[in-house]
Amino acid sequence: MGQFIQQLINGLTLGAVYGLIALGYTMVYGIIGMINFAHGDIYMVSAIISVTALTLMSAMGITAVPLALALALIIAIAFTSVYGWAVERTAYRPLRNASRLAPLISAIGMSIFLQNMVQITQGARVKPIPTMMPGGIELFSHNGFSVHLAWTQIMICVVTVVLMVAFTGLITRTSFGRQQRACEQDRSMASLLGIDVDRTISYTFMLGAALAAVAGVMVTVYYGVVDFSIGFVAGIKAFTAAVLGGVGSLPGAMLGGLLIGLIESFWSAYLSPEYKDVATFAILIMVLMFRPSGLLGRPEVEKV
Amino acid sequence: MKAALKKSIIVAGLGLATLLAVPAWADYSVGIAGPMTGEYASAGAQIRNGAEMAVADINAKGGVLGQKIKLEVGDDACDPKQAVSVANAMVNKHIVFMHGHWCSSSTIPASDIYNDAQIPMATVSTNPKVTERGLKNIFRIMGRDDQQGGVGGGFLAEHFGSKKIAVIDDKSAYGKGLADEMAKGLQSKGVKPVLRESITAGEKDYSGIVTKLKAAGVEVVAYGGYHTEVALILRQAQQAGLKLTILGGDTMSNNELVTAAGGDNANNVLFTFAPDSRLEPGAADVVKRFRDKKIEPDGYVLYAYAAMQLFQQAAEKAKSVKYADLQKALANGSFNTVVGTLSFDAKGDLKVPAFRVYQWKGNKYEYFK
Repeated sequence: MGQFIQQLINGLTLGAVYGLIALGYTMVYGIIGMINFAHGDIYMVSAIISVTALTLMSAMGITAVPLALALALIIAIAFTSVYGWAVERTAYRPLRNASRLAPLISAIGMSIFLQNMVQITQGARVKPIPTMMPGGIELFSHNGFSVHLAWTQIMICVVTVVLMVAFTGLITRTSFGRQQRACEQDRSMASLLGIDVDRTISYTFMLGAALAAVAGVMVTVYYGVVDFSIGFVAGIKAFTAAVLGGVGSLPGAMLGGLLIGLIESFWSAYLSPEYKDVATFAILIMVLMFRPSGLLGRPEVEKV
Repeated sequence: MKAALKKSIIVAGLGLATLLAVPAWADYSVGIAGPMTGEYASAGAQIRNGAEMAVADINAKGGVLGQKIKLEVGDDACDPKQAVSVANAMVNKHIVFMHGHWCSSSTIPASDIYNDAQIPMATVSTNPKVTERGLKNIFRIMGRDDQQGGVGGGFLAEHFGSKKIAVIDDKSAYGKGLADEMAKGLQSKGVKPVLRESITAGEKDYSGIVTKLKAAGVEVVAYGGYHTEVALILRQAQQAGLKLTILGGDTMSNNELVTAAGGDNANNVLFTFAPDSRLEPGAADVVKRFRDKKIEPDGYVLYAYAAMQLFQQAAEKAKSVKYADLQKALANGSFNTVVGTLSFDAKGDLKVPAFRVYQWKGNKYEYFK
């Protein structure tokens, strides 16, 4: 029982992080119908930025954890959004009217570029930060197994829920959200109606990057260690989450993330940690075979 | 007229090319390869630091057989596929000696290519298979995992035999081989591990396995794999309120472990490694010069230095860098290096390998007391 609850907590935390990254994939897919393969590396860049920011702040004597965290979040979001904008500007916009394969390849190139750039400028060694929020609460103890809920886990879940709500509001209730949905449905019609399509797409990339930045900061604080290679695995898992939930659907991305987090932690608890990725990707294959549009995705309607 | 001019330009060009090529050919190229990039790049940096210093020292003393030596660096990122293409590139560069690769899973496929091209190699990869395939060109300057794992497993049985022990590996050729040998070492002393698990290297979240260890009441882990995962497991165990002692292999000698594990978590890490070569009397001068250059010669630094010394001494003994002569000299000789005296058995393994158990204390490791 104790172990079950503990794995549930672990799985939800991990799933929240996957979900946040998956949101970025899903938004970009929604608007340009393209998987942004550089997104995992944007997340990695934000984690590195947050380590730099946190280290700088502790050097400057800012030791209050909430203040340091808030500042790190702001800095990471600001810088990472610029990265998101730059990726769109250099790897996507020049190829807007090229064949579908071209931007896909340029995005993979961008991903390799970002990874190598960080490795060369920041070094290959892992970057640790001291534990910022030590401890947590002991929920209960059952047969000698005490269930821990770390402060960082609470933080991750709360931040994710808040962002999800804010985000849904942004998409459904603001004029930017309306423009974005218009571009998603029909780009040329949207531009005829006076929507600046390029700008809307740029903003979408920046928003996706900002969400990845939040995930980056939280992962830095939660695991305490980041390096230039973390983008790849996280990117693939989040991509799987987006597809599982239905690419293009915001609640789908979140649901997919949570499901993958839970599958991973329960599989490694009760079956074998060795095969947890096999389980994750097997489920992905099943979904694609029997429900290609994902759990919450709308089936694609061919426009005539 | 025009044609004649063209011809003379070509001739002049060719002449210039030969002029340029001659000194390049006269040098002996030696290769090093390992993870210069990727997750384990800090080990690659150690190899590079060691080899660069050794080559500079050898050249300063007149080189090998009167020729300067030139270092070629290959990056396999611990990826077996990349290792094969690095090996092919090295063959094209006409290297006469190779030090590498680092990951066993890279060394094994790459060594076939060096063997075909008749290039002798010295490696620190510890998987038994490296020398078990009958290749004559491989010389291992480090002990083997079956020796290392036996020492580790026996040590755990002796010092922690009464506690609950789990054996975990990272599914890599090195990690799994080592963990299997540790499990054998434990069982030979009558200690049965309560859990035998594998994890996926390169991830960040190990809370699943940590919870499983906690539920099984495990206090001690015998780990086959690299230091980066151990650091994360320690951090996450601490967060889950679980105190673990981890015994690993030679890769835990990387001081990246200390910073990555956070706080004083690394003090709970023990590992088996060759006797500390920094304490060898013959290494004192070299160690000092590394420290003057702000390089701490820990981990594989001195092994890379020793590999270059091995090449130099073997070539001087053989009076040649031809494969047949070098191979014979390496197989039959005994060499004085900064990591002690090296001589090899018929498989190419060290005749007298030794392992000691170390423990991290702050940011230094010392013999376990």
